[in-house]
Amino acid sequence: MLQRLTQKQRIWLTFKRNKTAVVGLVIGLLIVLMAILAPWISPMDPLDQDAINRLSWGVEGHLLGTDDFGRDVLSRIIWGSRVSLMIGGASVLLGLLAGTTLGMVAGYFRGKIETAIMRSVDVMMSFPDLILAIAVTAALGANLGNLIITIGIVMTPRFARMAYGSVISIKESDYVLAAGAIGARTPRILFRHVFPNIFGELLVAGTLWVGEAIRLEANLAFIGLGVQPPTPTWGNMTREGIDVLINAPWISIFAGLSILITILSFNMLGDGIRDITDPKLRGGEGKEQA
Amino acid sequence: MFNYAVRRILQSIPILFVVFTLVFIIVRVLPGDPATAALGDYASKEAVEAMRKSMGLDVPLWKQYINFLGDLLKGRLGMSIITGYPVGVQIVKVLPYTLTLTFAAIVFGYAFGIPLGIPAAVRRNSFIDYFNRFFSLIGLSIPAFYLGILLMYLFSIKLKMFPVVGAGDPGDLVSTLRHLFLPTLSLGLIMTAYVTRMTRSSLLNVLMEDYIRTAKSKGIPEKKVLFKHALRNALIPIVALGGLYAVVLIGSSVMIEIVFSRPGLGSLMVGAIKQRDYTTLQSVMVVYALIVVVLNLVTDLIYGLIDPRIQYK
Repeated sequence: MLQRLTQKQRIWLTFKRNKTAVVGLVIGLLIVLMAILAPWISPMDPLDQDAINRLSWGVEGHLLGTDDFGRDVLSRIIWGSRVSLMIGGASVLLGLLAGTTLGMVAGYFRGKIETAIMRSVDVMMSFPDLILAIAVTAALGANLGNLIITIGIVMTPRFARMAYGSVISIKESDYVLAAGAIGARTPRILFRHVFPNIFGELLVAGTLWVGEAIRLEANLAFIGLGVQPPTPTWGNMTREGIDVLINAPWISIFAGLSILITILSFNMLGDGIRDITDPKLRGGEGKEQA
Repeated sequence: MFNYAVRRILQSIPILFVVFTLVFIIVRVLPGDPATAALGDYASKEAVEAMRKSMGLDVPLWKQYINFLGDLLKGRLGMSIITGYPVGVQIVKVLPYTLTLTFAAIVFGYAFGIPLGIPAAVRRNSFIDYFNRFFSLIGLSIPAFYLGILLMYLFSIKLKMFPVVGAGDPGDLVSTLRHLFLPTLSLGLIMTAYVTRMTRSSLLNVLMEDYIRTAKSKGIPEKKVLFKHALRNALIPIVALGGLYAVVLIGSSVMIEIVFSRPGLGSLMVGAIKQRDYTTLQSVMVVYALIVVVLNLVTDLIYGLIDPRIQYK
């Protein structure tokens, strides 16, 4: 069985041994699958109202009961995963692109540009994510596109800081200096030589921050600043359920549980990856939640 | 230390300035005309114009910005355009609720988090370590509002042990504490998860240090090494980071205030957004910024005091 393993195989083996990470990955994939397959696996239309069975539990055909309008809670949860994942994924991607560009520029040029960008990043990072997100959403208005932009803005400083650190460490490397020496222009150096080298680690971090982005979206939706009803989102379902918590606790409980499981799966995956990249810091610190 | 403190305080000023500017920008792009929001959709054109003038919205944007900063320097927060009351008075009224809740949650988190984190680090990979890691993972993942709802359902609705909503009668200590309990528990459990995790990893790092091995090899009893040598050093970052945790909790307190319909800065802010009460929104954001900057400042100063190396960075 003795054979040389490639780096990829070695990483995969370490990953497989980490049960937490594997469980997180599997749950995460199942949720993604649920979102993609929503039209086929959802037992009912999430907007169909069953006037006879409002706020009822244990009625045939409604596995997780119905809400105030007689809509099927399970179907709404399944469809709700689409909004969460779409906003989570797209906002992180936006933050990655914007933050990486800012971080690369700051790290490559140094000087005044660096000070301006990185101090703004510090200010934004010192502010609670949620309050920043609430303010920006209030200003832009709550709809799918604006929520992606808002959460993307909140995510930007994290990527900027990561990219900045990486650029500083590789800008003196031979291949970057060589590219400069043969007369490559700065944008070309940044996007053809620097970016591909730091993209991997940024993408890994980004995947893990999807959980944070989903949490923000749920918080905003719970306040009433999310994608507007009747579109089901986990956050607005939890919010609607709180008014009928005494008679119909299942709405809030299951909608909230979906949020928890999703964030949990990303965090489990994150812990596992941190273990692989830094075995000394098992269970170390991440950026705190809102 | 004195020089460091002065330098650090001076550094906070541009940060505040940046945040205030951001607040101004955010509030100015809010959809809808504040004057119309104040008077309602059926107000006459003249009335709206007069209102715009009295709110200082008829002057150019740069002048509004100068006025905004000037008013802030003088400590003037203006009148709520919806209720007509001074915003400052409103904020002073609700601020203690938010601060009490956050402070209680931090105390709770430290009181339970440190004792839970120690055995996890000492007996690494034991049952208690796994239990703690599982617990922290859930605590770090659960949205504050969901934990609040679960606790409310269990303790207030099912067991009827605590009141469901509100903050209680301000004059009645028992009522106040009973209303404070569940919101504190919600935030406090999340805080406990942070502190447990932090204690564990900080203590693990210290236990690997050479001086711990030296102490053990000198024959000092295990317990004494743990409490006198290891824990003392491990606690430095945990205590120093209290200020940063407070910032995080201030963010989560918004959600808890909404779940439990408690008065506070968060409720005030969300209410202001819904009513398009932009003077109140702007002032609440300014107060949040002040709290955050002060907490960061205090954290840095404590850190500088405990660990003198920081001062020279």
